[in-house]
Amino acid sequence: MTDVAPILSARDIVSGYGPVQILKGVSVEVLPGEIVTIIGPNGAGKSTLLKAIFGLLPVTEGHVSLHGVDITRLSTENLVRAGIGFVPQTNNVFSSLTIRENLLMGGFIRDEGLQDRFDWVVSLFPDLGSRLSEKTGKLSGGQRQMVAIGRALMLEPKILLLDEPSASLSPKMSEMVFEKVREINGLGTAALMVEQDAQRALAISHRGYVLAAGENRYEGPASDLLGSDDVRRLYLGA
Amino acid sequence: MHAAASPVERFRQLRGAGIAWPRYTTEVVIALSALIAVWAAIQYSQSFMTGLIVGSLYALSAVGLTLIYSIARTPHFAHGDTMMMAAYFTFFALTGVVIGSKGDVVSPIRIDRLPGATDQIWRFSFGYGFLLACVVSAILSIPVLLLINRFIYRPLLGRGSGSAIIAVASLGVAIALRGLILLIWGATPRKYSTGIRDTVQVWKLPRVVADQYFILVVALVLTILVSWLLFRTKLGTSMRAMADNPDLARASGIVAADVTRWTWIIAGVLITAAGTLLALQSQLSADLGFVLLLPIFAAAIFGGVGSPQGAFLGGLIIGVVSEVTVATGLFSPGYKIAVAMVALILVILFRPSGLMGPK
Repeated sequence: MTDVAPILSARDIVSGYGPVQILKGVSVEVLPGEIVTIIGPNGAGKSTLLKAIFGLLPVTEGHVSLHGVDITRLSTENLVRAGIGFVPQTNNVFSSLTIRENLLMGGFIRDEGLQDRFDWVVSLFPDLGSRLSEKTGKLSGGQRQMVAIGRALMLEPKILLLDEPSASLSPKMSEMVFEKVREINGLGTAALMVEQDAQRALAISHRGYVLAAGENRYEGPASDLLGSDDVRRLYLGA
Repeated sequence: MHAAASPVERFRQLRGAGIAWPRYTTEVVIALSALIAVWAAIQYSQSFMTGLIVGSLYALSAVGLTLIYSIARTPHFAHGDTMMMAAYFTFFALTGVVIGSKGDVVSPIRIDRLPGATDQIWRFSFGYGFLLACVVSAILSIPVLLLINRFIYRPLLGRGSGSAIIAVASLGVAIALRGLILLIWGATPRKYSTGIRDTVQVWKLPRVVADQYFILVVALVLTILVSWLLFRTKLGTSMRAMADNPDLARASGIVAADVTRWTWIIAGVLITAAGTLLALQSQLSADLGFVLLLPIFAAAIFGGVGSPQGAFLGGLIIGVVSEVTVATGLFSPGYKIAVAMVALILVILFRPSGLMGPK
């Protein structure tokens, strides 16, 4: 690792659903400006890790810190205030609200600069700009994903957590979503992404982690993981 | 060999699963309903007017109920009893009367002792004291509702209790409130004022008691205000966001407890208005709210749970259908709610989300 202090650090996380322990001491770090992807087979605990970091599941052991400050026990609402944006895999828009309202809800707790940020987000997703009054329930999967990412960007998060952003999308739409993630990262937002489409996700990432059965299995630069015979054979379907 | 489709299966197909409805079916049904409504309004104008007034009471109650259910996630079967609690608070603020061991006891602090408080406004049966008492009632009712939510519903919701458990808990709240009302104000029905009620005729509309115009206008104005709040303010949008997707609302930094609290405060205002106007229209009676629970729920479901405009429309339709069908002479008055329920069943069979609920 480098000497740069991580934006987000999750150390030895133990978490799960009630008595069922899914994560058995997982650790990940995200450095400033990085896209980090977590891959692994189904049931490895990838989404569980994001939910635990974001306060949606209890962390029974381990610590999460943001810029060195312990945020392990903060509520989801306060984690948002601290600078973490989260894009869930499913139900990631307010389907009865319009695109405009979805984005404004993303900036709900913002005291100033809401309109400027709104304009910035709309400029990032020009396809949405002409349809701001449409209800998101009527949008395609890809468009909904754009709204979901846009909503999470409204508070200028220090880091964006993305839970399988390409799930259920056509290859073309997946490509577009990954391209947007890369673009957003290029504008200065770090990202921690869980993804089933490991090849494409690692292709835009700086580093990656491979989880299996709730534990760290491999980690390293994304290009190394893509080139690793073990990882390719076991997790990338090569 | 093919087995014949069961009636249920055939009905499912009819609902649209297998058979496409002819084009413009919805428009034709709406146009026919509108024609029937116009015919009823002309032919049975007095009953139509009475239906609108009764319906506006259902509507006002249903708007509060639909907010509590869709945003605070509480199937609030104590709604009618909280309405009556608020109605009795208005009565107490106005007259200072509670029941004692040897008859009524009157508090020295009472609004109707203020100068001119009972002088009639326009041709209504009440003066400004009644309106002031409504405000005092809301100030008393809202904290009670917040306490009920804080100590009964919120712990149950926090534990992940299902709707059935919360519904049963709310029935417990309903019974407890009714008992308290009987304990404090007794079983004898009461009225806000005992004077003669003036009737008025506006334009060529049927002559009705002046108070009933007040009820209709207040119901309409409050529904417009609630709709404006929900669709034109930041708080309202956050309330709709909570109703739509509570987890995502939290992920947007919306504090669920704050939104729920505001929902109960707004519902408290509606409950106070609905309960007090209901008692103004008829009388104060401990079990009146519970008796009306069925049409209130029906109005909320008819219009589409979560939609205040839908609840308002649903209330008016339930009220008008109940009154007009009796006026036609086809049914005796005892069946008026049954007819409205049949209308409700027909609507939710073909449109389960109600008239204005999400498609």
